[in-house]
Amino acid sequence: MKEYQTITEISGPLVFVETDEPVGYDEIVEIEIGDGQTRRGQVLESASDYVAIQVFEGTEGIDRDASVRFLGETMKMPVTEDLLGRVMDGTGQPIDGGPEIVPDERQDIVGAAINPYSREYPEEFIQTGVSAIDGMNTLVRGQKLPIFSASGLPHNDLALQIARQASVPEEEEGSEEGSEFAVIFGAMGITAEEANEFMDDFERTGALERSVVFMNLADDPAVERTITPRLALTTAEYLAFEKDYHVLVILTDMTNYCEALREIGAAREEVPGRRGYPGYMYTDLAQLYERAGRIEGRDGSVTQIPILTMPGDDDTHPIPDLTGYITEGQIYIDRDLNSQGVQPPINVLPSLSRLMDDGIGEGLTRVDHADVKDQIFAAYAEGEDLRDLVNIVGREALSDLDNKYLDFADRFEDEFIDQGTQTNRDIDDTIELGWNLLSMLPKDALNRIDEELIEEHYREDGTTEEVAAD
Amino acid sequence: MSQATESDVRKDGIIESVSGPVVAARDLDARMNDVVYVGSEGLMGEVIEIEGNVTTIQVYEETSGVSPGEPVEGTGAPLSVDLGPGMLDAIYDGVQRPLDVLEEKMGSAYLDRGVDAPGIDLEKTWAFEPEVEEGDSVEPGDIVGIVPETPSIDHKVMVPPGSEGGEVTAIESGNFTVEETVVELDSGEEIRMRQEWPVRQQRPSVDKETPTEPLISGQRVLDGLFPIAKGGTAAIPGPFGSGKTVTQHQLAKWADADIVVYVGCGERGNEMTEVIEDFPELEDPITGNALMDRTCLIANTSNMPVAARESCVYTGITIAEYFRDMGYDVALMADSTSRWAEAMREISSRLEEMPGEEGYPAYLSARLSAFYERAGYFTNINGTEGSVSVIGAVSPPGGDFSEPVTQNTLRIVKTFWALDADLAERRHFPSINWNESYSLYREQLDPWFVDNVRDDWPETRQWAIDTLDEEAELQEIVQLVGKDALPEDQQLTLEIARYLREAWLQQNAFHPTDTYCEPGKTYRIMDAIKTYNDEAFEALDAGVPVEELTDIDAAPRLNRIGVQEEYNEYIDELEDDIASELRELY
Ligand SMILES: Nc1ncnc2c1ncn2[C@@H]1O[C@H](COP(=O)(O)OP(=O)(O)OP(=O)(O)O)[C@@H](O)[C@H]1O
Ligand SMILES: [Mg+2]
Repeated sequence: MKEYQTITEISGPLVFVETDEPVGYDEIVEIEIGDGQTRRGQVLESASDYVAIQVFEGTEGIDRDASVRFLGETMKMPVTEDLLGRVMDGTGQPIDGGPEIVPDERQDIVGAAINPYSREYPEEFIQTGVSAIDGMNTLVRGQKLPIFSASGLPHNDLALQIARQASVPEEEEGSEEGSEFAVIFGAMGITAEEANEFMDDFERTGALERSVVFMNLADDPAVERTITPRLALTTAEYLAFEKDYHVLVILTDMTNYCEALREIGAAREEVPGRRGYPGYMYTDLAQLYERAGRIEGRDGSVTQIPILTMPGDDDTHPIPDLTGYITEGQIYIDRDLNSQGVQPPINVLPSLSRLMDDGIGEGLTRVDHADVKDQIFAAYAEGEDLRDLVNIVGREALSDLDNKYLDFADRFEDEFIDQGTQTNRDIDDTIELGWNLLSMLPKDALNRIDEELIEEHYREDGTTEEVAAD
Repeated sequence: MSQATESDVRKDGIIESVSGPVVAARDLDARMNDVVYVGSEGLMGEVIEIEGNVTTIQVYEETSGVSPGEPVEGTGAPLSVDLGPGMLDAIYDGVQRPLDVLEEKMGSAYLDRGVDAPGIDLEKTWAFEPEVEEGDSVEPGDIVGIVPETPSIDHKVMVPPGSEGGEVTAIESGNFTVEETVVELDSGEEIRMRQEWPVRQQRPSVDKETPTEPLISGQRVLDGLFPIAKGGTAAIPGPFGSGKTVTQHQLAKWADADIVVYVGCGERGNEMTEVIEDFPELEDPITGNALMDRTCLIANTSNMPVAARESCVYTGITIAEYFRDMGYDVALMADSTSRWAEAMREISSRLEEMPGEEGYPAYLSARLSAFYERAGYFTNINGTEGSVSVIGAVSPPGGDFSEPVTQNTLRIVKTFWALDADLAERRHFPSINWNESYSLYREQLDPWFVDNVRDDWPETRQWAIDTLDEEAELQEIVQLVGKDALPEDQQLTLEIARYLREAWLQQNAFHPTDTYCEPGKTYRIMDAIKTYNDEAFEALDAGVPVEELTDIDAAPRLNRIGVQEEYNEYIDELEDDIASELRELY
């Protein structure tokens, strides 16, 4: 292994080194600075006489005398089942004072693409216990379903509620035989306070034992954020596809990850894409998000819930926009609902789960699920529209039916969405609640529901069934 | 991908630099667009720029660990596909490597590097039945034999376009591999079932005709309002989650094409898996055979190398043209052309080319039009007629149609299906906006609908369009004053328009019956709503209040026609009931 003391330029997170030997693209580098500290980095560009290196821990303190070693391999993550219960920093070094990690294998953190032919289509319903998700935007095993939020909104509470409550109904009854469940938590640039919120909840509920935590905090180096999710996903793939775990990966906050990409792009003087983010951000994000899924013949699965905060609450901003183009739907956290005190403040209308259609129905959830969901969407959208109008013309100017839609929208938010962060509703309760609400509308307005199902479930007398709420 | 066979010996080069998918090599003796093998692992790449002694290559595989000093080997041949029996029911990556073969060769569910595989199975034998006899004279394109490739499709074995032609001196019949000679010509030329074609070059034809037949999609809003022709072009732009992929899948399932080439370009892995799992089980409504029997899939998902994303649309269209040459109607779906354009942008920026609009290369528009120009209704060089219809999804950033890819595409294509986030949000599917979308084929296809569906198709459709237009205008007023402030006739129009939207335009892709709607049914639903309209307006003229007209019991049944299999009886009865209930009111 050759050492160079030939740094020619240091610029932002980048270091340029003259070399006289070929260096592999993406290879890992160690830079030793005066006081004996080492920093790690990765080759971004390799030419015959120089290389460009991106330094993970920041370039402060590096000078032209620093010595640079090329390790001759790409970045690896040591993986083992013993990682469960452990807390690491954003580069994968344990920070919990626990024993040294003895790896089973070392895996490349830039995961190879899953062959689309080898995938298995995800269609196993995950019950999150949250009606807005289970009923309206169902999550399935192996899906990537981000939370689109914004600053000051309780997206973390929702993520924690999902992590706590997620279960697969049949397996609950069949007790221990199915695969085990694990949570991987990858934090990028979140505040110490937010991090504590997660850690406290993990500890309080005992979830930590079946979790692996990677923490890059707000005051940790930004460039490091580009590897944290890759470490998390490499661990997830190992646990899922080699150890048969059903892994739920929570990545927060993807916005900070993208900011780090932008910073590196700018330092490299690349031609920027929209709003200064690199033109390859779509591909880069896809290489993370596409690491969710199921593989034919393997028992485990990787389900991803990335969280991002939309700058300016704007979902056309490149970060949510590119994410939405890659993920299999999205859950919107809504500022208005939040200020009305609705918990969790999920706006179901722009939210979507694309894998829902194959994951619900007879034998999976309930035979009436799809129709009930379609009808609720239609009715709630109608009610939402009328709210604007009613401000202008008043309720009296509206027809009877229109008034019913308005009431429907109100009750839908109060009873269906606003369940509180501690309530865990099963899918039956959620759908029954849907029928309670739909029965406010006249039968022939239920044009999305099969007539036989209406006969079976419509509450003629307007009675309601008791359902858990907070 | 075609394995270069007659590569003349050329000089190897040495890698000079590596930056993502772009590698520069020196001393390489290669032509523009030649395929090369890069590095000690032999990663597949293509020459995209030659400047002095430095050749720039886009690499179709991950380049991690590749370093300067490693060799680059030329093949002397441009990026080509293998053409012959075995392409249907197949799934390829962007450079025509069969993904099932790769899985087997790599022994892993993950895509490894440096593994190549021919596009069609070279060992498998096919039953070849000759169509010519000894002494016949044949020319390029002529069909010399037939191979029953799948239950749906007879594969026509053709004299390759580059051949000299001549007199048939020997002809075989029976089971052969694609590399064995099946026909010999007096020139000494041997014809095999396999041919190759460079993907960036259009296959020759005699003439392009004006298309006059619709590509029936089984989707009411498309067939009814915005039809595409066989040999036509269409774009589906829309923000994320608005229904591009579902629409493309619906077309791949139900369009009345002989062959479907589905190109998943830079999109999700699971969407391709869905096709692989669903299509073998779905029945072609026309032939009754499994849909997979007429389908060729190309999957270069978003996490697969970006350079192969650039090439996958060419791989797809070349395969489509080859089937067109046999006289088939081929439909190609590309989801999403934006990812292809972005791949061009990424490569271009690594080449440090002067960027055009929003960083896209200046040749974006030229590439897009060259691609869509390969669609059309053609007279082939063998005298048969065949078509390639191209339907491209566009994924505009932020859902804003003013961006370069959408705009440049709209300048070329003749059908525009505008997806609308607002409709998608209220789960009006397919969320194709009827005010913004258009089809420039509408008039030229009318005669077909008149002859094959109903003679007043154009007039009935026009009535539907007028009603929807009027609704859009009235809605603006309603937003200000409420519905009750409108005169009765306008209130009635709003109600009729609502049925057009809910019973006719809306169609549930996931309902077993509603998912496919034949043109006769599309007509009858529209006509049933018109019956209600005509009867109700008569009753209104006779003085019946509008609430009574909209309140009749029969009307909501209009919304149920879509899901009826035996729709004719259902509609007959419904129309009678609507008429009699309304007439009872006065
Ligand atoms: N015709 C339809 N019938 C029923 N549901 C539909 C229909 N079209 C779209 N949908 C619903 O909308 C969802 C999103 O559609 P789709 O995946 O096609 O969006 P897209 O435009 O391709 O998005 P992206 O650009 O992110 O790929 C589907 O998962 C489905 O739930
Ligand atoms: Mg799509």
